[in-house]
Amino acid sequence: MGEFIMPSLGSQMIDAKLVQWYVKPGDTVKKGDIIGEIHTEKGLIDIEALEDGIISELRIKEGETVPVGAVMAVIDNDTAKKTESPAEISADMKMKENGKSEKPEPGLEKRERPKVKVSPLARRMAEDLQVDLNTITGSGPGGTIHKKDVEAAAAEKQKEKPVKEPEAVEKAPPPVTEREMTAPEKEIAPPEADSMRKAIAAAMSLANREIPHYYLEKNIDLDRALHWLEETNKKRSINERLLPPMLMLKAVANALTEIPELNGFWKDDALRVAEGIHVGFTIFLRKGGLVIPAILNADTKSLDEIREEFVEMVTRAREGHLRTREMSSATITITSLGERGAEKVYGVIYPPQVALIGFGSITRRPWSVNGAIGIRPVLTVVLAGDHRATDGHSGSRFLEILDEQLQNPDKL
Amino acid sequence: MKELKQQKMTYRQAVREAMREAMIKDDRVFLMGEDVGLYGGCFNVSEGMLEEFGSERVIDTPLSESGFTGAGIGAAMGGMRPIVEIMTVNFSLLASDQIINTAAIQLYMSGGQFNVPLVIRMATGGGKQLAAQHSRSLEGWYAHIPGLKVLTPATVEDARGMLWPALEDPDPVLIFENTTLYNYEGYMPDNGSIVDISTAKVRRNGADVSIITYGIGLHKSLEAAGILAEEGIEAEVVDLRVLRPLDNETIFKSVSKTHRAVIVDEGWRSGGISAELSSRITEKLFYELDCPVERVCGAEVPAPYARHLEQASLPQPEKIAETIKQMGGLHG
Repeated sequence: MGEFIMPSLGSQMIDAKLVQWYVKPGDTVKKGDIIGEIHTEKGLIDIEALEDGIISELRIKEGETVPVGAVMAVIDNDTAKKTESPAEISADMKMKENGKSEKPEPGLEKRERPKVKVSPLARRMAEDLQVDLNTITGSGPGGTIHKKDVEAAAAEKQKEKPVKEPEAVEKAPPPVTEREMTAPEKEIAPPEADSMRKAIAAAMSLANREIPHYYLEKNIDLDRALHWLEETNKKRSINERLLPPMLMLKAVANALTEIPELNGFWKDDALRVAEGIHVGFTIFLRKGGLVIPAILNADTKSLDEIREEFVEMVTRAREGHLRTREMSSATITITSLGERGAEKVYGVIYPPQVALIGFGSITRRPWSVNGAIGIRPVLTVVLAGDHRATDGHSGSRFLEILDEQLQNPDKL
Repeated sequence: MKELKQQKMTYRQAVREAMREAMIKDDRVFLMGEDVGLYGGCFNVSEGMLEEFGSERVIDTPLSESGFTGAGIGAAMGGMRPIVEIMTVNFSLLASDQIINTAAIQLYMSGGQFNVPLVIRMATGGGKQLAAQHSRSLEGWYAHIPGLKVLTPATVEDARGMLWPALEDPDPVLIFENTTLYNYEGYMPDNGSIVDISTAKVRRNGADVSIITYGIGLHKSLEAAGILAEEGIEAEVVDLRVLRPLDNETIFKSVSKTHRAVIVDEGWRSGGISAELSSRITEKLFYELDCPVERVCGAEVPAPYARHLEQASLPQPEKIAETIKQMGGLHG
């Protein structure tokens, strides 16, 4: 039995209202399926199932407001295990639905092993390093998983990353659910500007109070990048055109693979470097306020995949259909004021993240080119770093690598 | 005997030097107990002190632990700084009413009017073939009592240095000297005898496991750490020094570093100080632990007289090393 609880979409979130369930008891859900919609200070958010199973109970009624952590639904995931016993399959009609997929999910098989023993430290580390304990064989007595086993698995994962890319990409596309295609027209409650303002106020006050920011800026010549974009876009249909922010987002993700210490969280007086690179980017809403969804594992995705998700997220953000995972996973944030905005953005870090990257507008400026003065499209990038977590040296190297990335757009 | 200060000396000599120094420094200090005078102490600790300080300050008492411990409490309340020697912790049971029901709570019962600046020294532990009635390690029991301080010096430096701050303490302090340690030789550091009676000390640094121990256990644990080092396992050895109040900070710091804890205690496991330590570690550091807390304790039997059986009933370096090697998740 799994309990589905009201997710937290930020340290400042206290409660949220359930707008609608998309499932009913007896429905089979898969991890990642959208099962309902909640109304938070960040607007309307789709909530996703965190595990496979069958909805056995909906505890919260539509329209009800419940605190973060409250049990909203109960998902019966024992059924997956029961499929092992043929006697029970025939006994339970619902099993058929479950048995539909011929290949059992790779994770499920392993979960059926006898209960895995994990040391408390190893369990905590696995969470931090995003290592799936079901894939580890413990070295301790009776197969107990210890710290060193998790560390080894994390190192292995790190090594395999580039090789595994295609596989990761396969998993990556966001699940487009039936509901999304046929979503009934419904009244979208106006975002509560007040509560969103309050959430921003709380997060930014916390950041300003607790995070000793340092700022580094770098002017980057975008001549090559913009030319490349122009050439590439000539070959593309209007819908598939790449935009500068997508290049920048991808360049940031790539640069973070080399400077991982900027990608993570400051928690319990220590830097916790995040395993995945989930790049959040600010989307300003027309009615005021902003949301920061994240493109998950952006370093492993192609530019086209990033473009697709980027466009989709902006659309959904404005409609109020961001998903919980997208809203709560960012490991770093990019803020950009757009094409005609200010030239520099000195941003405020979104806690508990440890860095924020501000892209100003691209302006044509006099620039030294081969010993002469030329006019070039120049972008000012400002990195805000948490000085508790990193020092200026890391930040400076990051900006250098970012520059290199943007000088070779075809390699992004 | 001044030249001894920077020399090799036995634990026994260190205790004697500490007492001599205190009696020279402060004339309110006196020693009393069974056979401490003419006989020079059951373990030969106070040899020569009767001659040096006279029978008013080195007092042989009748075999009446309750009586002379009570007299010590009275003298302390009256402004003296008595050192009461109870031959072994086994006999302190006869004085436990005085210690627990009077000394520990007099300050409270008198509404803060009378504190009891008393020091009680006693020998503890087995390993000397003194049989079941004379070989217990009951210091953990006394560590259970609020109002007492419980010291367990394990080194020459501590044996020498802990007495004076104990005498200066306004409340009753119990000092437990392990009988096996009296013949142990060590160097008195040059910086002399200034030690505290509030902290634990890391006696050996290591990254892989924390051995938390005290008294004779320190020496056995250090030996175990030597065995383990040959196999590439680096044990950190924490000498508690003080069983009440426990120095949580040092213990937690070490275990947070190594993520593994073994408690070595000659006392019995059930309800012992080892149980308290294990509990505190689990309460505070659950998410830091990479395997269960282990304990190596005295066997829960009356101490055997036969040497090989007695040795088998006590924690030994090989047993400590073996226990650690069985802990899951160690590298190698």
